[in-house]
Amino acid sequence: MTTADHNTRRARDLLAMMERIRAFEEQACLAAERDKLVLGAIHPSIGQEAVAAGVMCNFNRDDILLSTHRGHGHTLAKGADPLAMMRELLGREGGCCGGKGGSMHIADFGVGMLGANGVVGANITIAAGAAHGLKLQGSDRIVVDIFGDGAINRGPFLEGVNWASVFDLPILFVCEDNQYSATTKTSSVTGGPGAAARAEALGLRATTVDGNDAEAVADVTAEITARIRAGGGPEMLHAITYRRTGHTSFDPAGYRPEGESEHEAKTNDPITRQRAVLAGMGLSADELDAVHTAAQSEMVQVLADAAATPFPADDMALQDVQDIGSPAQGAY
Amino acid sequence: MVKMTFVEASREALREMMQADETVWCVGEDLGRGSVFGQYLGLQDEFGPDRVADTPISEAAIMGAAFGAAMVGTRPVVEMRFSDFALCATDELVNQIAKARFMFGGQSRAPMVIRKPIGLWRSSAAQHSQSLESWYVHIPGLVVVCPATPQDNYSMMKAAIRCDDPVVYLEHKNIWGMEGEVDTSLDIELGNAAVRRLGADVTLVSWSDTANLCVQAAEKLAGQGVDAEVIDLRSLWPWDKETVIASVRKTGRLVVAHESVAVGGFGAEVVATVVEQAGDALRGPVRRLGAPRSLVAYAPNLEDKMRVTEQMIVTAAKETMGK
Ligand SMILES: Cc1ncc(C[n+]2csc(CCOP(=O)(O)OP(=O)(O)O)c2C)c(N)n1
Repeated sequence: MTTADHNTRRARDLLAMMERIRAFEEQACLAAERDKLVLGAIHPSIGQEAVAAGVMCNFNRDDILLSTHRGHGHTLAKGADPLAMMRELLGREGGCCGGKGGSMHIADFGVGMLGANGVVGANITIAAGAAHGLKLQGSDRIVVDIFGDGAINRGPFLEGVNWASVFDLPILFVCEDNQYSATTKTSSVTGGPGAAARAEALGLRATTVDGNDAEAVADVTAEITARIRAGGGPEMLHAITYRRTGHTSFDPAGYRPEGESEHEAKTNDPITRQRAVLAGMGLSADELDAVHTAAQSEMVQVLADAAATPFPADDMALQDVQDIGSPAQGAY
Repeated sequence: MVKMTFVEASREALREMMQADETVWCVGEDLGRGSVFGQYLGLQDEFGPDRVADTPISEAAIMGAAFGAAMVGTRPVVEMRFSDFALCATDELVNQIAKARFMFGGQSRAPMVIRKPIGLWRSSAAQHSQSLESWYVHIPGLVVVCPATPQDNYSMMKAAIRCDDPVVYLEHKNIWGMEGEVDTSLDIELGNAAVRRLGADVTLVSWSDTANLCVQAAEKLAGQGVDAEVIDLRSLWPWDKETVIASVRKTGRLVVAHESVAVGGFGAEVVATVVEQAGDALRGPVRRLGAPRSLVAYAPNLEDKMRVTEQMIVTAAKETMGK
């Protein structure tokens, strides 16, 4: 395969992954708003797909991922089964957590995805520890931990990043900066220059990238992961993107300047940008549309299949609490 | 049988477990120097700084990172120095470690031992003295143990390290130097109480250092014609209801004593369970002893106001007998 072929293939894979993430979340939002089938809150990453696709294409299935409440994209890009994920959003049997976690607690240990998290910033120390555990075991696997720009204002950011630095751990921290923390513009509550500078102050190499440029994200992450795999220690990637939806699928985001999101959608959509890259490589509009259509039909089917799945058996409420003193054995 | 102090017992158990299982490692502040009470003395020399890891003063990261490392296949022993400081890692313990297995539908395990020295210990005041065992019992997902003798600290440390659940391991700071005979071949299953003294008249239920006080009180009661049975629960979750209920069915009388604040304490759980399941067997009023709902002071006379004493236990036992 020539370099050009390789580049085209990766570019096409990036587009396909972004289209799948977009389609999954569009279906999830429909399931929430139209069908009332999603039971709790979901936090869409529509418009942020280049971070998930571009970062994760540099990680292997047995590498480890920890993510956030806005983690559907990361999880899909790590290789999780969208049907198991959609079932989880709907609280159904066969969901990746048996319907017991929901959107904010999606995990798929089979693909190295050790959990989204409902507590902002909590994944940072845990991810550092996963890298610590791998290092102790002499493993060559590495860890990626993704969190939002709001998370860098929580204490575990300092403790976890410092920890990775002190123990020289094989981990990439990704600050997926969509510029909002719930309903607040993050810059208005963040002292100093932000994620990259804070990581540098703790001894990490930090790279800032246009997080809506899938090619650029994939390129810098490839360089970073090569260094981490070679024993270069932890690094930070600050990927700047934009949260196009409300904080949750139900949030109308009235606190945002009028037209801001629409402008982003029109001028800075990562999927549109990636289509332009592929058009430049010679792919036709029909070929690109086919990628879109395939993703859409996959996820329409996923939602239909998930909706047809039953809820978990009642006794699951007492299962998997603990081995000894378990309520499932009547210890309550 | 080997003579050991309380602190030597858990250290020796840890050492043996580290020798037997390469995935066991310790993580916390100042472990290379043995930590605050010498619980790790010599272990870094023997096992190296990777397996006896000195960390930054980052309780949240110690707890969170140990959890991450547990999820990828290691078995961390986590040192929190004082149970008070463990509160800096409450999210990590309560929201993450205790919940992960359930939330993730059984995919994860957190085989961890979380050591939090508890209890009154010479003028340590409000931020270095408390006992919060009842909080942890309230959190589904956690195992909670409070050994009170060198034998139990030896055997239960081993059991805790072997356990695939997160075990909150509460050693009392006042008894590090307590000596006792240890049978290193003895296995103790977590969740089993010890009957420290057999008796026919009244059941004294306790744990941690207050269980030792109950044994002393029982000796005193014997001299006053009261034959007290002393049950040291050792594990608070799971706890040995069967042993307690069988004892109350025999004696018909119950005193529960613990060092921590009485209000909302685990003693209330014991009393409620006995009343529910053996209320018909009770032949006298139940007594519950614990600290007043106040804070531990620095001045010795004020600190003493927080103590359950041998005399209080003696009096309470006699009251249950109408004496
Ligand atoms: C410790 C904690 N505080 C507050 C919240 C409520 N909350 C959920 S998401 C969120 C905003 C997080 O912002 P950021 O980290 O930038 O991630 P984003 O939602 O933008 O992806 C907040 C405040 C929480 N889940 N956890």
